[in-house]
Amino acid sequence: MPDEGAPADEAGVASVIRAAHDANEPLLVGGRGTKAGMLRPVQAARSLSTRALTGVTLYAPQELIVSVRAGTTVPDLEAKLAEGNQWLISEPPDLSGIFGPGVATIGGVVATNLSGPRRVAWGATRDHVMGLRAVNGAGELLRCGGRVLKNVTGLDMCKLLTGSHGTLGVITEVTLKVLPRSESSGSVLLRGLDPVHGVAALAAALGSPYGVSGAAYLPGDAAARVLPGQGSAALVRIEDFALSVTYRLDQLLAVLAPFGTCTLMDDADSKAAWIAIRDAAPLRVDDGDAVWRVSVRPSAGPAALAAIEAAGGRGYLDWGGGLVWVAGAPGLHDAVRHAAGTGTFMLLRAPEPMRAAIDVIPPESPALAAITRRVKAAMDPRGILNPGRLYAGL
Amino acid sequence: MIAQPAPKQDVMARRDEIVAALGKLVSPTGLIHEALRLKPYETDGLPAYRQTPLAVVLPETTEQVAAVLRYCSQNGVRVIPRGAGTSLAGGALPMADSVVVGLMRMNRILDIEYADRVATVQAGVTNIGITQAVAGQGFFYAPDPSSQLACMIGGNVGMNSGGAHCLKYGVTANNLLGLRIVTIEGEIIDLGGAHLDAAGYDWLGLMTGSEGMLAMVTEVTVRILRAPEGARAMLVAFDANETAGRAVDAIISSGIIPVALEYMDRPAIHACEAFAHANYPLDAEALLIIEVEGSVAEQDDLLARIAALCQPFAPLSLRVSQSAEESLAIWKGRKGAFGAVGRISPDYLCMDGTIPTGQLPFVLRRIGEMSDDYGLKVANIFHAGDGNLHPLIMFDANLDGDFARAEKFGADILRLCVEVGGCLTGEHGVGVEKRDLMPVQFTAIELDQQRRIKSAFDAEWLLNPGKVFPLAA
Repeated sequence: MPDEGAPADEAGVASVIRAAHDANEPLLVGGRGTKAGMLRPVQAARSLSTRALTGVTLYAPQELIVSVRAGTTVPDLEAKLAEGNQWLISEPPDLSGIFGPGVATIGGVVATNLSGPRRVAWGATRDHVMGLRAVNGAGELLRCGGRVLKNVTGLDMCKLLTGSHGTLGVITEVTLKVLPRSESSGSVLLRGLDPVHGVAALAAALGSPYGVSGAAYLPGDAAARVLPGQGSAALVRIEDFALSVTYRLDQLLAVLAPFGTCTLMDDADSKAAWIAIRDAAPLRVDDGDAVWRVSVRPSAGPAALAAIEAAGGRGYLDWGGGLVWVAGAPGLHDAVRHAAGTGTFMLLRAPEPMRAAIDVIPPESPALAAITRRVKAAMDPRGILNPGRLYAGL
Repeated sequence: MIAQPAPKQDVMARRDEIVAALGKLVSPTGLIHEALRLKPYETDGLPAYRQTPLAVVLPETTEQVAAVLRYCSQNGVRVIPRGAGTSLAGGALPMADSVVVGLMRMNRILDIEYADRVATVQAGVTNIGITQAVAGQGFFYAPDPSSQLACMIGGNVGMNSGGAHCLKYGVTANNLLGLRIVTIEGEIIDLGGAHLDAAGYDWLGLMTGSEGMLAMVTEVTVRILRAPEGARAMLVAFDANETAGRAVDAIISSGIIPVALEYMDRPAIHACEAFAHANYPLDAEALLIIEVEGSVAEQDDLLARIAALCQPFAPLSLRVSQSAEESLAIWKGRKGAFGAVGRISPDYLCMDGTIPTGQLPFVLRRIGEMSDDYGLKVANIFHAGDGNLHPLIMFDANLDGDFARAEKFGADILRLCVEVGGCLTGEHGVGVEKRDLMPVQFTAIELDQQRRIKSAFDAEWLLNPGKVFPLAA
């Protein structure tokens, strides 16, 4: 993006949007563009990046609150939080393995509501957005939420803007709930289970009282990319004080023993494995492959995976079985859609002509689609913000 | 007293016709229109405000809700969604020309899937009813507002209810997976489901806390969680609000997130003790109830760490619960705080601001000064971990001007909350109570933006009118 489209402050963002609004010209909105290949391509003559809006504006570790400008990179924010021995709760993935080199901004993470393995226990990125500042499609500043952990004052505009992919407003600053980094972690590993038994083991662990913070199943080929040894891998993670990690892993061994032979992964091995799972490293993505994320009820994960494999795709399961990472030929799209069933899917990567031609997320019912159009018009009256990103013609 | 929009005269004039038409849309016992039987629907948990509605309907299915809303939409009739009527903000206050749509007959548990850790229930199931349905398998539904015995999950969605344990488990929004909603036009829409993170806009998040202004909720899919092995509470008493506040900071900064971290000031301690006999220390200025979870050994470890963190602040006393019964008594005092204050004062107003936790000593000092100025006593309950403050303002409605003074005092407290960086309401909602304070927190542009979102769902503003937004000038 050209520099003139990367204002140094919020007022600059507002003036770029107002100019586009007045000229009735669409704007391609983004951060550092690491996820620009997601969803539908945007046709726009102008562009606006939040990459120059950087820096932490408030950090109150004792209040579990951080406010940060949207263009701050995730590693920079994580480094700041490490000073207070805290971290981002939803463990957002680094998708450079799928989209190529690049460093994501926190604004982009919030705008796409992407969450990693911890989501299954501790909530998504959207669950931890306590406040944000954004500029709507008319160039008006909106302060949403606040800097406190509990707030039900008025409509929850934070939820509306989070995950809206820059189509309703341009996020300039976010306030997040953060949590203490766990003192230690570890995982229980089961090898060689088929997907049905693997997910049953994950469900047993997640249904135990031990506070599991990650539960994934990797088929043999996927496991081989990130773990030593043979066969599929079912992994269950505990993150807690050291005493609790030792105790809880021990209890989980007993819970999981009926499913097969369990081994323990120590803090370092466990951390490495979960970073790989977070970043889709178990997924082999060939040149020309498309990538999807499918979300189904956890017990439906094995059937979704089987259907995708039968159609020639590859995948692995996170979130206790509910998140299916999929890679394969673009022609797999209908099979992926079908496998999602009553759940949801998102096309993460595909050749541009394909992304422009198909549903990249499930279409909405006519009644809901009508609301979507009216809400879009209420936020962005001239339809200039990332037009067509989510739905054709919107 | 807050002003409400004028009733629509054409609707009032057609009362009999509207009642007759509604009667055909629900079961024969599902229509209430006689003056005496309308009485219970005049008010909610904010009884200072009362208004008899035109009629009440009690649908039993989503389809009946849809038929009622479609009729109301086509005939320009205002609709007041209602669960158990426990709103402390007047969120279910009727208008004279409105039809109350009560969801109490939609009280069935529809589906429980332990392997997926989800339950789908109708909107009229009580909050505690969900936990009771899954407790046999060791599960629970996490948000636990003080009214959980009565309040309904549909109302919890409407207000995004919290509770004492949301520091760890989050509020309603964080525990929802799916909704079945009915728009004012009578369209039935499913949002989300048993899966996480539906693609598209976060309708689930927007609906939650929208106070019945966007659509009606008829079915709810929630996350259920396996209960921890055990939990234990500890009471720590301090000689000043400042030291208690610093102890809270020290605990959170240490990396421990207790499952609950509750704070009571002196008047609250005395009121609750008189009610619950929980052995609260009566010499304290501030009392913390700190609860941790896990195995007994884990509880011992965490409670010992917390005790050590409190020591530098010279606690007056520090008592760890020795039994499940003792923990229950400790919580009975806290959860019964509203009732307890009700015993020592003829009436009270329960406020619900949120503040940055570091501002607590300053805010309590200011509230104390205001209490002297207004000549009204106040007891403060505080979810210290998340900054949610509940001042209970005591007054006597039979004394001339007392209620008006209490309301003014409450409004001053909420302005103070916003001034120090907080917000008007943490978990009770805006309702009618805080409606006219919204400009304290939001600019005109921000309020207009929210109004346009409301209009996108309900162009004629028929759903729960007169709530949340200041009336148009």
